[in-house]
Amino acid sequence: MGQTSTWDAERALSRIRELQNLPGALLPILHALQEEFGYIDQEAIPLVAEALNLSKAEVHGVISFYHDYRQAPAGRHVLKICRAEACQAMGCESLVSHVEKHLGVKMGETTADRSFTVEPVYCLGLCALSPSAMLDGKPYGRVSNQVADFLIDSARRHS
Amino acid sequence: MSGKIFVPCDAGAIAVGADVVAHAIQEQIAARRLDLKVVRNGSRGLFWLEPLVEVETPKGRVAYGPVSVDAVAGLFDAGFQDGKNHPLCLGLTEEIGYLKNQERLTFARCGITDPLSLSDYIANGGYKGLQRALGMTAEAIVEEVTNSGLRGRGGAGFPTGIKWRTVLNTPGDVKYVVCNADEGDSGTFADRMIIEGDPFVLIEGMTIAAFAVGATAGYIYIRSEYPHAFRTMQRAIGLAYENGYLGVSVAGSGKRFDLEARLGAGAYICGEETSMLESLEGRRGQIRPKPPLPAIEGLFGKPTVINNVISLATVPVILEKGAAYYRDFGMGRSRGTLTIQLAGNIKHGGLVEKAFGLTLRQAIYDFGGGTSTGRPLRAVQVGGPLGAYFPESLLDTPLDYEAFAAQKGLVGHGGIVVFDDTVDMARQARFAMEFCALESCGKCTPCRIGSTRGVEVIDKIIAHQNRPANLQLLDELCELMVDGSLCALGGLTPFPVLSAVRHFPEDFDKPAPVATANVGGRAQETQQWR
Repeated sequence: MGQTSTWDAERALSRIRELQNLPGALLPILHALQEEFGYIDQEAIPLVAEALNLSKAEVHGVISFYHDYRQAPAGRHVLKICRAEACQAMGCESLVSHVEKHLGVKMGETTADRSFTVEPVYCLGLCALSPSAMLDGKPYGRVSNQVADFLIDSARRHS
Repeated sequence: MSGKIFVPCDAGAIAVGADVVAHAIQEQIAARRLDLKVVRNGSRGLFWLEPLVEVETPKGRVAYGPVSVDAVAGLFDAGFQDGKNHPLCLGLTEEIGYLKNQERLTFARCGITDPLSLSDYIANGGYKGLQRALGMTAEAIVEEVTNSGLRGRGGAGFPTGIKWRTVLNTPGDVKYVVCNADEGDSGTFADRMIIEGDPFVLIEGMTIAAFAVGATAGYIYIRSEYPHAFRTMQRAIGLAYENGYLGVSVAGSGKRFDLEARLGAGAYICGEETSMLESLEGRRGQIRPKPPLPAIEGLFGKPTVINNVISLATVPVILEKGAAYYRDFGMGRSRGTLTIQLAGNIKHGGLVEKAFGLTLRQAIYDFGGGTSTGRPLRAVQVGGPLGAYFPESLLDTPLDYEAFAAQKGLVGHGGIVVFDDTVDMARQARFAMEFCALESCGKCTPCRIGSTRGVEVIDKIIAHQNRPANLQLLDELCELMVDGSLCALGGLTPFPVLSAVRHFPEDFDKPAPVATANVGGRAQETQQWR
């Protein structure tokens, strides 16, 4: 994961101000906040609403609509496993079970030590290299159970 | 002049180690004090050979692949830098059958050039289309695109020229061009490849579109699952501005065109054009009822051209070589080339650009080499999660919009996902409904509620509960979704479901598996994934 800082209203406001004059600024602002803090803090909602002259409900509605936006921090590493048709054809469901067992969590959950969040993704565009996955933004193709174990264990060693 | 070694920077190549291989090659060059330069090109689209490393020789580029990091030192020992033989040598790249038998018009430069070198782009025919367009009236450009027979490559297949004419004829103080790069269909990666491998062709195509309809600003909406494509596009846009190909006076023409790449946020529905507009305007990606058409009231309420990446990236070659040149490829009312993407359980997965009319069988066997597992092929899904499942017996259907529609299928964005005989088609039908439930924008009831009911009824069928009645119910539910949904998500989800039932009835007539008894628990699990 990219380095993220802890929630800081001043820092959030400066990111909001950089982008608030873009046409249709809400998604770029939310992406910037998530990049900065790793999630979108509840306290950011009134700040964004105020800057864009929206209601808090509208901002919350957008955050909750899109799969990408987190309302709580993720684990230190985020592993996304593709569960769409091309990867299904190459056995991604058994990869999912294997990873769930290895990490002791279900898809969408974070490990107790907060080292890993594992999530489904519906297509990474690596469909000729199935099954595919993305670890902290890096793509991986032909992910066997052994490759998944290796990726998880080496990420853990480096954090 | 130093020689060149090409190592792709495409996310697909990186996914199988291209970055590490490029690094190892750099180390060998330094250690051996060779006068060689590593160029990060796009992918040629032969993914089973990635990382596909190419070496420039007097006879042409020689390919080696798949190159693992362990093989790099051995390749240098064998003299691969001079194109010498090695067990991984594939001969001249252009002579590889998979590539040689294609008709690459849209992908002419992809894999050949450095995606972020504007001089490479221009040296390989780039901006010739724009140059010609600058000497034409807006009306004449629209006419040229109309005459080429180009139809929307995103999936709907609507004639591009007609869409442009509507925007041209609609008065507006501001007009927009929006490129839909929310390539969410499983089994498709052509948009990603062209953005990562030849981004300037998209910029050129959008610029021509803008001049054809009188637009001054454009957006490219790229899905967040494609971070590499997004970064490449942003850098290419920056380079185009620095070199006068975007901004107040494009290529010195005095005409303005501004372009920005925007990142999606993980919502399949935003590939639907009106949801994408909502998302670009900063709202939930809920679809807008049509009319008004986006061509008349689109982004920020202004007349807007919305096209898929491949449609727009095909415009430069049409303008450069003329409508007739492009129209001469293809069959029936499907003119030009289709970028076929071979995916899933396939031996030679990758990108095949070929004139419309190739049959599914030719694509899967002549190019794809059959299944990757070596087991018999059982089902093929064409056109993404909303495309029908075809059995072996329909493989002679030609890839053509009308031929597919006649078989209750769709060509869509050209993705072909192959499944072997281990597939359970009842599970695939269930997934289609489950995916619709997961990604429904919630605007209309047939899609929002219908998809969840669909999962439940398929679970009952799998669990052997009153099968004949539940199959009948599923049929009626699908009819309602097709007739009553506002957009293609709810309206087309029944295609994979019903095709699975129709072509693979035996999978809906098996003894109930023990694990599916807990129907309610499964539905909850679906929700949890959100």
